[in-house]
This record gives sequence, structure tokens and C-alpha cells, in this order.
Amino acid sequence: MNFDLTEERQMLQDSLRRFLRDKYDTATRNKILESDTGFSADIWNGLAELGVIGALFTEDQGGFGGAGFDLAVVFEELGRAGVVEPFLDTAVLGGGLIAELGNDDQKAHVEEIIGGALQLAFAHGEPTSRYDMNRVSTTAKADGDNIVLNGRKAVVVNAENADMLVVSARESGDVADEDGISLFLVPADAKGITLQGYALLAGGRAAEITLDDVTVPASARLGDAGKAYPAIEARIAAANVAICAETLGAMETACRLTRDYLMTRKQFGKPIGTFQALAHRMSDLLIEMEQARSAVIVAAGHLEAGYKSRESHVSAAKNLLGRAGRLVAEDSIQMHGGIAMTQEYELAHIAKRIIMSDHRFGDTDHHLERYIAIAAA
Amino acid sequence: MDLSYSDEEKAFRAEVRAFLEEKLPKEMSDKIRKGEELGKAGQEEWHAILNAQGWLAPNWPKKFGGAEWNAVQRHIFEEEAAAHYAPRIVPFGLSMLAPVLQKFGSQEQNDYWLPRILSGEDWWCQGYSEPGAGSDLASLKTEAVLNEEGTHYIVNGQKTWTTLGQHANMIFCLVRTDKKVKQQEGISFLLIDMDNPGVEVRPIILLDGTHEVNEVWFTDCKVPVENLVGKENEGWTYAKYLLTHERTNIAGVGFSQAGLTAVKRIARAEMSGGKPLMENPHFAARVARVEIDLMAMSTTNLRIVSKAAAGAAPGVESSMLKVKGTIIRQEINDLARRAAGAYAMPFASEAIEGSNLALPDPLNAGPVAAQYFNNRKLSIFGGSNEIQRQIIAKTTMGGGA
Repeated sequence: MNFDLTEERQMLQDSLRRFLRDKYDTATRNKILESDTGFSADIWNGLAELGVIGALFTEDQGGFGGAGFDLAVVFEELGRAGVVEPFLDTAVLGGGLIAELGNDDQKAHVEEIIGGALQLAFAHGEPTSRYDMNRVSTTAKADGDNIVLNGRKAVVVNAENADMLVVSARESGDVADEDGISLFLVPADAKGITLQGYALLAGGRAAEITLDDVTVPASARLGDAGKAYPAIEARIAAANVAICAETLGAMETACRLTRDYLMTRKQFGKPIGTFQALAHRMSDLLIEMEQARSAVIVAAGHLEAGYKSRESHVSAAKNLLGRAGRLVAEDSIQMHGGIAMTQEYELAHIAKRIIMSDHRFGDTDHHLERYIAIAAA
Repeated sequence: MDLSYSDEEKAFRAEVRAFLEEKLPKEMSDKIRKGEELGKAGQEEWHAILNAQGWLAPNWPKKFGGAEWNAVQRHIFEEEAAAHYAPRIVPFGLSMLAPVLQKFGSQEQNDYWLPRILSGEDWWCQGYSEPGAGSDLASLKTEAVLNEEGTHYIVNGQKTWTTLGQHANMIFCLVRTDKKVKQQEGISFLLIDMDNPGVEVRPIILLDGTHEVNEVWFTDCKVPVENLVGKENEGWTYAKYLLTHERTNIAGVGFSQAGLTAVKRIARAEMSGGKPLMENPHFAARVARVEIDLMAMSTTNLRIVSKAAAGAAPGVESSMLKVKGTIIRQEINDLARRAAGAYAMPFASEAIEGSNLALPDPLNAGPVAAQYFNNRKLSIFGGSNEIQRQIIAKTTMGGGA
């Protein structure tokens, strides 16, 4: 057993942490949050140059990482700084699906992604699918050499900034069948695509997408017709490892701010951290932090494992991080008092990142049910 | 024991319902239901409607123009008002300052200020907390020094978390008038005109983007001595009296009931695994648990309310209700955002009028995540839940705690 990071990952962590500490302070981030695009091109390009996107792809794919532990290292640092730029959507989801399923022409995009030149969004969830990955009612119908897409996609993160969308659509089967789902690489400005964009509570932007007779050549399909589901499941597992690591990083920041505050804020003539009621609560948060860190390590370490082991560990982590994250976010705010309720204080944004991470790709309850179902299967 | 309401109480409830159905404007209740901010004008409109009915000041004695309802009647009104999505009554003048004036103020002060509260001429806010004085309120530093002529106090210092201070033209403040004595014995209760050039209001934006609290700064602010309530250096007694009033309806039963109804509505609209989320046993269990807690808590509330109606002063139970009531309300907020799934993610501020229009809301859920974050305040303000637990422990275990 060895729980140390490899030298490469340690270097990546150090340089990423340094970059974000120098360039991503609260004031900078608050400006990004208020901007029309919801992200900073400077930060994006700077991090791409640092190799952050490359670290999310394997060597075969043109990167220099791509394993669960690489995702964990990168996203923990992004989470620690409360970064809102769309690395998950462009690289882990969109880029990952292209790298996994694409033909040589399509895979050529990976280089652009790693360089920071191409933005993507994964248009998968629908208004009535909640967290069901297999529930796809958007249709893909062949029309000669073309495919015609029709349907609605819900809360598509980074859709407005994306150059291309990875759209899931059903070519056959019933609405909840795993078989019959395909993915298509669609230019964001294709005729028939309508976006209704909006800001997200925890930063970044998303859009409701309407696909109205969107026509693409059959060559826009990623992989075989109707066989995309296993890749979707695997990429969402990777995304969930990333989200858990990001939440862990955010929780660390919340705990650091809270501990500092307890040691400096004085009421009744002494630091409030000397009151046992608060001291014990802080201790509970630190205990849960260790639980969360272990859950992330285990999930990251099983991302390349077989289906059952991978999915079970990922759901375990998402469940635990959902519970521990809520505790840390809520208790950090409570122990701070009013100051943590203000927009300009760092914890406000961090707490929102933690809580809202429970709303992507399955919440605490969803993953508890999934954990049980996988064990029973 | 008789768990049913008396015939008079039932008749009163029917009267309240009829009033709300007839007089509460639909645009107003729609806004409240969707979690939109009513704004100053809307709030004043609702106050005027209640005032015309004679119901704006349910807790005031009749001789001051109040309805003089007992605790059960007030409870019934609050329950019906929440169920009909009526706006909350802004409490600072009506249920915080007024009881203090009525008990400790001069005849002139009552004659002058009380009618202005009812008519809406004055909008009051509360100047208690300071940056360095939160839970430890008695350590406040804002200072008031009497001028040589003895006609005015000169006030310097800063208040914070001043709710709706941006709408207010008057603020009641706790100020330090004697620095040499024990903290609690050097505090006075002053009424200050916000139009005074020595007063500056600066907005504080909350984590959900709302502007509901402010900082209020005093720089050589001249306040006439007539605006001192009661006696100099006895303000702490009045402040404690006021805080017992701040804690009425602290259980928020009506808000929780309305919130739980909304959770069920959202969970019936949201689909999971091809079925309404409300049919998911795991989610249904979460809802049932909080519903059971709410049933018990609202009964505790009624037990205390009936005791109060019989004339007993609420004691440690109000602290218990604050803790349990806020835990339940926050749990309901958590369920609402959970139910909305991915649609909890769009930024929907409850404060900015019209800001929700462009947002997708297929579940008709409103800004559930913003409300979840905003209501973290419930366990912080009005004496944090930690302070309430301390009060419970001290009261029940005395010096041993």
C-alpha cells in the first residue's frame, strides 16, 4: 500500500495550487461570477498551458494522465479554489466521450481541447429524466445519409460557450432502454438548435436546448448506432469522481475558513472556538473530512476497475460526499454566523459549490439506491 | 384534554379565511408563492389592507388601535396567512418597537409614534447587532454622548444585519451611554431618524444575491433627547423585553406547513425512474419524517400558545420552539431543493423582481436552492440556535450548566 501521489501528480498539484492561489482570489472569482459568459478566458488558457486539460486524457488519447487519480488531483485543487470554469463539461464529459468513441477525424478534436481552443457541452439530461442516465426521449431518425434530431435537453452546463455539443438521442427501443442510445457531435450553431441560457447559482452558466429537426451527417455519430450507453455510464462515473474530488477540495476550504474564524472571532471575551459546543462541532467536521478523503481515494482508484466495482465505489463516494458535504457546508455557515451569509465572503461561494454538486449526475439518495441495486445485481 | 378548536376559534378561522380570500390580491400571493420579492410598495399595500380591517397590529391592546387577539387567534391567523401565501408582516415597528413603547415609552411617544406605525408613515428597522457584537449583544460599542446643552445625543458607531434598512426612515437602536459600568448597565434605547445627515446605509448582498440586510453607520449623528425611550442606561431591560416578542411565531409553523405542501407538489411533478418522485419510497420517507416532526412541533407550539392565551409568559419553551422550528424549516428547504433535481441549479434570486422570468422552471418549484441558502439565516438570527440551547441549559440546570 502506498497513499503518496506519484512525482508527476505531486508536481501537477503543486503548480495548480500555486497558479490558483496567485490568480484566482475571491475578488477575481466574484467578477467572473458576474460576467456574461460566466467564465474567464484568461484563466482557461492559463490552466490549459499549465497542462491541466492534458492531465485529464490518457497518453493514448494525446494527454498525459486520464486515470482516476489524475482527475482527483486536478479537481480537488479546482474545488479548493472554487473554480467555475467548465473543465468537467469540456474535458471529462465532452472530450472524454469523443476520445472514447470517436473515429480518427473526430478524435482530432482532442488536441484542440487539450490546447484550450475548443469548448464542449454534454447535452444528455432531459426535463423528465432526473438522474436516470438511460432515459432518453430525444430522437435520432435516419434520412438518407443524414440524421435528424428532435427533442429537449435540460440544464446543459456550458452550452452557450460550447463550439460543439455532444448530444444523446435514441435511435431505437423504448424510452428507458439502455440499448438504442447514440451520441452525436453537433456544431453548436447548427440550424434548429435553440438555447435558452441562464446563470447557475454556484457559478457558470447552462441552457435549455431545443432540437427542432437538427440535421447532421451520419458521420457525426460517435461510435456505433445505438451502442453509446456503456460509454455514457463510464464517463459519468469519471465525472462523478471529478465532482467528488472537487467537493472534497471545497470542503477543505470551508473547514480551513471555519477553523480560522473560530480561533480569531471573539465573543464574551474569548475566541468562540474555545466554547465546547463549537469546538466539538468543528472536530466532527474534521472527522467527516477524513471519511470524505478516503471515499474519494477509493472511488478514484476503482475508476479503471470492472463495471460493478467501479460503479459501486463511485456511488459510495457520491453518497458519502453528499452527506459529509452538506454537514460541512451547513455547519461552516452556522459556526461563522451572519458573515458567512454574505456574497463577498469566500465561504458563501464555496458552500454553494459543495451543496450544488449534489444536483449533478445523481444526488445522495440516488446514489444510495444505486449502490444497493448494484450490490444486488 | 380536547384537541379540537372551540366553536369561537373555528368561527374566527372562517372569518380569517374569508378575509384572505376576498382581500389578499392574487398578484401578491402569486409572488409570495413563487418566492419573488414583494418590494416596498407591495409590502405597504398589504399593511394598508390589514390596517383597513383593523388587523395590522394583532398583538396591540385595543386602546392603542390594535386587534388585541389572544395567542390562539394570532396562531390561527399566522397559519391561514401562510397557507394563503399572504406576505409576512414586517415586524420591526409593529411587533418589536411598539410593545416596548407601550410598556416603557412616555405618553407623548406613544401618541406620536404608534399611529404612524399603523398608517405606514414610518418604516422602522432594528439597530441591535454590530460587527463585534453578535451573540454577545451586550458588548455593543455604538456610543451616544449627551451634548453640553443636554438637548441632543451625539451618536457614533456602526450597526449591521439591519433587515430592510434600505426601506426604513426610522431605526431603534441600542447605544452605549455609560462605559464605566458593567456592560449591560450602560446601554440605552434610542429612536433615530434615518434622514439625519449623520446616518449612512450601505447594502450587504447575501449569498443568494438578495439585498435584505444592511450596515448602518452613524457619524456625529444628532438625536434629540425626546427620542430616548424609558430611562438612560436601562435599555438592556427593554431590549430583553423586545427579544421575547421577536421570538413569538419563531416556530414558523405556518411557513413549514406551506413549505411541506410545496415539496409534495414539486415531488409529484418531478419524474424519477418514470414515476413521480413522491412515489419513490426513499424520498417519501424523508418527507414523512419531517411531516411527523412538524406535527409534533406544531402541537408543542399550540400547547405553549394556549398557555400564553391563559396569561402565562412563555419561558424556556420559546427557545425550544426556535431551535426545533428552524431545524424543521431548514429540512423542508433541503427537501425542496433535493426534489427539484437538476432544476435546482439555475440561479434564481428571490429578491430581484422579474429575475426568475427567464429561468426554466418546469416543476413550478420557484427558487428552491436560493431559498435553501437564504434560510440558513433562520438558525443564526434572533439569537442563534447555540444561544437558545445555552438559555435552555442555564434555565433548566442553573449554575450547573
